[in-house]
Formats: sequence, structure tokens, C-alpha cells
Amino acid sequence: MTKSGPASVEFRNVTKRYGRVVAVNSVSFTIEPGTLVTLLGPSGCGKTTTLRLIAGLEMASEGQILIGGRDVTRLSAAERDVSMVFQSYALFPHMTVLENVAYGPTVSGMGKAKARELAAEKLALVGLKGFESRLPSELSGGQQQRVAVARALVLEPQVLLFDEPLSNLDAKLRRRVREDIRDLQRKLNLTVVYVTHDQQEALAVSDRVIVMSNAVIAQSGTPRELYEAPANLFVADFIGDANLVDGELTAKDGELGTVRLGGLTAQLPHRNAPLGPIKVAIRPESLVLMREAPNRPSIRGSVSKAAYLGTHMEYTVTTELGELFVIDRAVDRPLTPGTDIHVALGDQRITVVPDST
Amino acid sequence: MNRTAVGWLVLGWIGFALLPWYAVPGGFFSFDWLWQYPDADTASGLIQALVHGRWWLAPLIVPLALPILGLRRPPEDPHTPRLLVWAGVLGLIWVTAQGFAIDHQGWSTAWLAALTGTAGPSQAGMGAGASVTALAFLFILSAGLAAHGWCRGDMFTVGTIALIVALIGIFVFFPIVKVLLSALQDNDGRFAPALFAEKFFDHSIWGLDCLTSDLRCGVAWNTLFLAILVGVGTTALGLAFALIALRTGFRFKWLLRVLTVLPIITPPFVIGLAIILLFGRSGAVSTLLFEWFDIPRSRWIYGLPGVLLAQLLAFTPIAFLVLIGVVQGISPSLEEAAQTLRAKRWTTFTTVTWPLIRPGIANAFLLGFVESMADFGNPLVLGGNFEVLSTKIFFAVVGASHDQGRAAVLAIILLAFTLGAFYVQHRWLGRRVYTTVTGKGDSGLPAPLPRRMSWLCYGVALPWAFLTFVIYVTILIGGFVRTMGRDYTPTLEHFLTGFAIDVTPNGLHFIGSAWDSFWTTIQVSAISAPLTAAIGLLSAYLLARQRFTGQRAFEFGTMLSFAIPGTVVGVSYILAFNVPPIEITGTGLILIICFVFRNMPVGVRAGIATLSQIDRSLDEASLTLGARTFTTVRRVVLPLLRPAIVAAMVYSFVRAMTAVSAVIFLVSAQYNLATAYIVGRVEAGEFGLAIAYSSVLILVMIVAILLIQLVVGERRLGRRTATGDLAFQGGS
Repeated sequence: MTKSGPASVEFRNVTKRYGRVVAVNSVSFTIEPGTLVTLLGPSGCGKTTTLRLIAGLEMASEGQILIGGRDVTRLSAAERDVSMVFQSYALFPHMTVLENVAYGPTVSGMGKAKARELAAEKLALVGLKGFESRLPSELSGGQQQRVAVARALVLEPQVLLFDEPLSNLDAKLRRRVREDIRDLQRKLNLTVVYVTHDQQEALAVSDRVIVMSNAVIAQSGTPRELYEAPANLFVADFIGDANLVDGELTAKDGELGTVRLGGLTAQLPHRNAPLGPIKVAIRPESLVLMREAPNRPSIRGSVSKAAYLGTHMEYTVTTELGELFVIDRAVDRPLTPGTDIHVALGDQRITVVPDST
Repeated sequence: MNRTAVGWLVLGWIGFALLPWYAVPGGFFSFDWLWQYPDADTASGLIQALVHGRWWLAPLIVPLALPILGLRRPPEDPHTPRLLVWAGVLGLIWVTAQGFAIDHQGWSTAWLAALTGTAGPSQAGMGAGASVTALAFLFILSAGLAAHGWCRGDMFTVGTIALIVALIGIFVFFPIVKVLLSALQDNDGRFAPALFAEKFFDHSIWGLDCLTSDLRCGVAWNTLFLAILVGVGTTALGLAFALIALRTGFRFKWLLRVLTVLPIITPPFVIGLAIILLFGRSGAVSTLLFEWFDIPRSRWIYGLPGVLLAQLLAFTPIAFLVLIGVVQGISPSLEEAAQTLRAKRWTTFTTVTWPLIRPGIANAFLLGFVESMADFGNPLVLGGNFEVLSTKIFFAVVGASHDQGRAAVLAIILLAFTLGAFYVQHRWLGRRVYTTVTGKGDSGLPAPLPRRMSWLCYGVALPWAFLTFVIYVTILIGGFVRTMGRDYTPTLEHFLTGFAIDVTPNGLHFIGSAWDSFWTTIQVSAISAPLTAAIGLLSAYLLARQRFTGQRAFEFGTMLSFAIPGTVVGVSYILAFNVPPIEITGTGLILIICFVFRNMPVGVRAGIATLSQIDRSLDEASLTLGARTFTTVRRVVLPLLRPAIVAAMVYSFVRAMTAVSAVIFLVSAQYNLATAYIVGRVEAGEFGLAIAYSSVLILVMIVAILLIQLVVGERRLGRRTATGDLAFQGGS
């Protein structure tokens, strides 16, 4: 078996239909070799179908799929150099851990001893040395997950796919496992495509994120681009929390524009939005709450809900701009519901949403 | 061209150029044909065409030569698949056409004779060569279709679908079509719709004399009337047992579990036999009644009362199995909800429990109805002058009249009844069965029965359980006494008649009269069981794991044979396989085929049920790891299907040992089966031997079930294994 190294994945106008239902609608993207790219979106958005199209478990109705520059559109799953870690792990319950991991090399014709050696090596890599003769049912959830990863890695595939790999783990374990996956990806220089519906997970592990909604790509970019410059309302709302506020773009000057938000005015990059009514996304941590009227522009509001979350306070504030969701780090000086306050804008994380439809 | 296609092409040539084309006397595997090879009987297709003047086989060279053109081409060449498809289609068409056009007597249809003006050439039924060649054409065709991109280009899937469709077509649909056709013909093979109408509306079938006079009613009405009585009776009894088992504090519930196993291992007519031994003219109970109370002996048991009693006893456990599932399926929280809303026990039962089990009741009724219609053994043994369709069909074929057309008409009526019942079940009940247990852990205690209901249940069920007990005691001791009812001297005479073994210096001699049929039964059952499991589970795999056009029709085809009564199968096999191209009556092969296709639906059901519990991502994981479909099936799916394999093998083995209705038409002097032999003994009045043989059969089945469990073993999924208990639905 030759080590082929990481490969790129390219979709060219790929469509997948089930009868009349369109699961993936003319999607195009390119994933660079050696990067970790996340497919993110709510359930039913087509992200898992996209992953299965890469694996060859679904056949595209239209369009072309290229892996490492080679057209694999018509190749079956067994013929593609792609491995997958399933959401349920899909460990063969009748085989031991070692047999599970050795399965790939064995069925592709490698000698039994060689296959086992390779499998043992990969098990050591994921930290499961000594568990070789156990059955999957005798492992914890986290261990099973690592067996699944070892099994997918053993053939040194061009592309490694993860289908919601953390969804069956408890919250504490998730962070550790996702860091392990990221380390492994960097160490072995793998191309990884990762499906999740958890936006925090996506932001934490990815080089790039492809956000999908209703069978199409809503936006793709680095985690920072998605959070700080969402292209549309869906992405602004789906990635992190955002207050989507009605505003008006009154003037443009170079990159910047003048945006009026009720009684407030701000200078923001206009991002090619047309003059007139627009939507503005304000992250909850960029709103400042003050008891006394400050010497900068502010609007009046009143706290309607308050919640204590240890590291910060969460407030719902009623203002002329509507209900605003605010995160305040000042845990030691909490505001009680009913308090009249002043709300000012911070400097960062306020952005015009160019596509407000 | 890919390697699989080349392999089948080579096999096709072997079948055509080397193996004997026609069925050889003594069977292929006796290899007696080698001594005369290659004369006019044993030569291969090619030699038949070149040397023995069977010119109509020569055109087969064309489809066998076509794929050779594709040998040199690379696999990607778009013309290769087209070549393969054409070769397969042409080959199959020609093999079929020549087979149907020419039989022993010459042209098999009048218009061919008229066209050529001669009687035509003659040929025998297809043999090894023809079968192998036809199979090769089938797989060459599927290789071509797979290369065209059918079923995601998967040769294994396309080939399996083609094979199963072909087998079902030949061994399920073709015989039924043959029945329909021969019903429309007179006995000389001419098209005669008027005769059909006359036979169909015959007074002996539809007459209603019993309403107006003392005469008997038509056989169709008899059958229908009996089936309704049995349906109602088994449902009521089954419900009583189910309610006792699940909703009362009855102490001896394990007895009820035993009750569910009994019908599986008891040939249904054995119940009839035991009833004769108890209630017949000289039966044990009749004798007691005569001696103690001076009640005169009579033949009252022969006729409707006897058949009804026997069928109730035989089929109540089936209703019990169905209804226990239904009652179990009612979530206790629904009844608890009713009770917290201040409903009393009786109100809860009538307003919640009862409406929820009603669809299950209809289901159980239909099953009893169909089982009664399909039953052949009990009416044969106990019917007397009371005739039903299944026995009437039998006597139309084997009796003095030997009227195949009449048998075909009766078979059509019986088939219409059973298919109608299944249709009703499917269309009307399919949507109405309430499964109220969800996947969520649903705790709660089922409401105990209202007192009135539980007394009623006990009142019905306990005497019945006692009767069942007496019946089985009779079966058990019947073989060990001289004559039940008259002479209770213990004896081994019956066992010796049937199973004596002579120990001589040259070895053992099985001189008992039952040995022949006994060994044949074991052989046929043992061969058909793994075949049934294999084809059933393969179909299940295709249905549960693959998607292809025509899947619904495929499912219907695999399930159809379940709805066809055994007698109809028997008649249809005789009509279809007595003449070339497939001439296999009188062989052991036809018995095996009959069992495989009659019991296949059980394998399909067991397989689908098990597969739906196995996560589909296991298959997909195997595929992404580079294993092809065949490897995936062998290494991942099959090992996980073990429980289904056990279920299918046990069931088909046991069904093969207990079946009588279909095979009684198909047995021959050389290949007789235990059940047919026993029925023969009963008709000859040798009850002792019959009952002794029956108890031996029951014993053998128990041993076999344990053995299969042991050999196939349990699924190894964890060190803490739980043995799932196998539930069957028994049948005739």
C-alpha cells in the first residue's frame, strides 16, 4: 500500500435528489489538501448527504465529484480512497477491537499478520494499546470512538470523514476528543471533512467552515470570517448569538458607511449593501450596559430578564430597537429586572448583513 | 470484460459443450450416464445439435459466441455491457422457447404442428447442461446490466436479484399460471371456456341444498363455513389464553409457553389421529361412555364436528401467539392514564384495552380462517362425508376420476379464498394495527383483568388446556399399547413394525416398514433447510438493504407462496413439472424445491426483522473500508444474522418434517415422506403404527432443533450474552 498523502476534494455543481426531494442542490466547493473543513448546519440541511456523497455511499444525481483531482463521481464507496468515522461508530459487534481495525487491510488483500501489525500500530496511536482483544461492547463510549478513528485511519486514506463524531459523548469528553482529532489531523497531515450541527465545535476545530442551509451553501470561510462578517441573516443567527436589528444605511464613504440604528449612529464597513433599510448583526458581548447616562451616544432601556451563568451575566433588555440580548462580564454588580439603564454600542462585532433577505 | 462475466461465459460453454443437456436416467450425480456418454440421451447440447439431429439447439452458439467479441475490449468500453445484455437475453429466450416448443411427443402446441405439417421432433426435460447454460445466460445478463450502472454497478446485487426473480418465477408463478391455464382447457389440452364455466359453477361446489333439505351443501360453502367457525373459535380461545398469561396472577404460566411450542413440532393431522383414538367408534372415551353410561358408540366424530375439533386444537396456539403479542403491545401507561381519570377496571377494559386489541383480534381470526382452509390432513383423516376444497382437490387428482381440469378449478377457488383473506388483512388491517409501545422506556403495571373477564377466561381456557393435555398423552402412549380403546396391553409391536433393525454379521439392516420414508424425510428436510435459509435471507438482504426499481413487486413475489394453500401448490407442481422443459415429478428434487419455496417467506421475515435491528452504518463502514458487497455480506452481515439463520433453518426443517398437504401429491414410491406414509397408515386403519411413527417424528424434531441451535450457535456480541428466545408462528 502506498501512502498517497492528503488529497483535495472538489464538488462541481453536485445535486442529489430523492424522488422529488432535493437534498443537495447544485453545490460547489473545494477543500484544500491537509485542511480540516467542517460542514455545519441545522438538521436536514444536506450536510450529511454531502458527506455521504464524498464517501460514495450516495451517488450524485448530477454534477462531478473529484478527489485528489481524479473524477470519482461514478465510483462506489469501496473503490474510493476515503474512510469514514460514523456517528454510531459502526464497530462490528462480532469482532474484537483488533479485528475491527484490521478489517480494512484484510479485505483489501493484505496478509493477516501484516494487517494486524498495522492495526496494532494505529491502536497505539489513538492510545488504545492493551485493548486489542476486547469486544466493542466492552469499551466505553470514548474508547469506542477512538477505535472507530483507528479503523478509519488504518488504510491511510486520502480523505477522512467524520459524521457528527462527538454527538454520543458527554459534554466534558467532547472538548478533549475534538482536540485529539485536531491534533491527529495536524500530526498526520490529513484532509478531514467533519460534519456537525454544533457551531461551537465547528469554530473550535476547523480551518474552514462550510455552512449549509436548505440544501445549498449559505457561506463558507474561516471561523473568524463567519463570526465577524456573516454573509446573511441565516449565518449571523446560526453562528453564535446575534441581535438582528433594523437600521438604515444613510451614506457611503470608501469602505465605510454611516448606519443609523434608532437614535444611534455608527460608522461600519458597508459591505456593499445598498443605501436604505438594512439589517445589522450585533453580538451580545458588544453591547455595553450602564446605570448612569454616559458621555457617548446611548439609548435608554430596561432590564426585563437576568440570568447568572458563573463567568458572565445574560440580560434581556427592552429598548426602542426591540428586545436585545446582552452578555455582561460584570458578574459582581448584577442588574435586577426592572432596572432602567443605558445601552451603548461597543467597537467590535457589529456588522452590516449584506444579504438581508 | 470483468472477471465475473468471463467466469460465467466459461461455465456457459461447459454447460453447452460438455455436460449432458437433457435430464439423464438415474440422475446426474449418479454418474451412470458416463458409460453411455455421448449418445442421444446423454450428449451435450453442442453434440446433440451436431450429431444427434437436434438442430434447434444449434442457435445457442450465437449468444454464447457474442460475449467472446468483448473479451479483448477493456472493461470501460461502452459496447461490452451491451454485448453481454444481448447475449443473456437472446440465450434465455431461446432456451425457454425451444424448451416449451418441443416435448416428448413432438411439437407441444397445435399451431406449431399445423405450421410445419409434422408431428415434430422430440426431446426430454432439461438436465444439468441446460440448467448450467441457462444460469450462465442469467448471470451474463446481470453482469451486463451491472456494467450499465444498475444497482450502483454492483454485480452481486444485480445477480442475486436476477437469480431470485428467476427462481420465484419458475417455482411459484409458473405453476400457478399453469393451474389457471389448465382450468381453461379440457383434458386434451384444447381451450374450452364453456367447460370451465360449467366446472366452476358446478352444483357440487356452490349448491345450497343444506339450507332447504337434508342434502349436503356445496364444497365451497362447507370450506367457508368450517373456516369461519375455526377462525372464531381459535381467536376466542387464543385471547382467553393470552389474557390469562399476561393479565392475571395465574401460577402455571410456563405451561402456556409449552402450549406455544407444541403446534410447531406436531404435524397437524396427528391431532386428528389422536381424536379418532379418543372419540372414534372404538375410541377410548367412546368405550368408557358406552361401558359406564350405556351411550351407544357412533361415528359422530367423522365430519364437521371432528374436523372442527381437530383444527381448533391445532390452530389455537397460533392465535395465542398472535394475540399475546398484541396484548403485550398495549402500553400499560394508557390503562394507567384511564384509571387516573377515574375509570373503573371494567370501564378501562371496555373503553381502552378492548378497542386497542380489536385489530389484533381480526388478524388472529384471519390467520385461523386461512389455516383452516389450507389444512388438508385433518379433513382427510376425520372428514368422512364432509368434504372441503383441499380434500376434494386431492381426490380429483389421485381418485378414480383423475380430472386435472376439475382439480385446477377447485384450486383456483381455494386460492381465491385465501388470497382474498390475505388481501383483506393487508389492506384493511395494515393501517389499523396500533403499536402503542414506543422506543422509550415505558414503565407501568398492566391493569389486571376485571373479575368477570378473568372467570370467563379461566372457564374457557382451562377445560381446553385439559383436552390438549389428554390429546398429547394419547399421542405419547398410543404407540405403546396394543389398541387404544380396546386393549391396553403394553407392547412395542408398533415400533417394531416400523423401526425394527436386524443386526446381522454384515451390518445393520433397517427392516422396519417406516425406515425408507423416515430417511427420505430426514434427508429432504436437512437439504432444504439451509437452502431455504439462504434464499430467504438473501431476499431479506435485498429488501432491507438495497434499493431497486420493482422492489415492492419483488417483496410480493417472495411473500406470495405463504398465501398459497399446500394442496394448490401440490396440484400446480404436478401440472407444471410433469412435462418438459422441467420434468422433475417423482424425484427427490421436487420435494426439496417444494419445501424451499413454501418456507422461504419465513426466512425473509426473520431476516428482515433481524436486519432492521442491525445499524445500516455497519454495512457502510465495511464499504468505505474497501470491502465489496459480497465481502460485506459474508464478513459483516452474515455473522450478525445468526439468530435469523437459526430461526429460518429450524422452522424450515420442522415444516418440512410436518408438512403433508403439498407433498402428498409429489411423493413417489422411491421418495416417500413420513407424513404421507402416516396418512396412508391411518387410511388403512393401522392407528398404532401411525401414532408410534408420529411420536418418533416429534422426538426427532425436538432433537434437531436443539442440534441446529448448538451448531449455528449464538451471536457473539459481548461476554455477557443474552440468548434471545425464538418465536415462531406455526402452520400446517
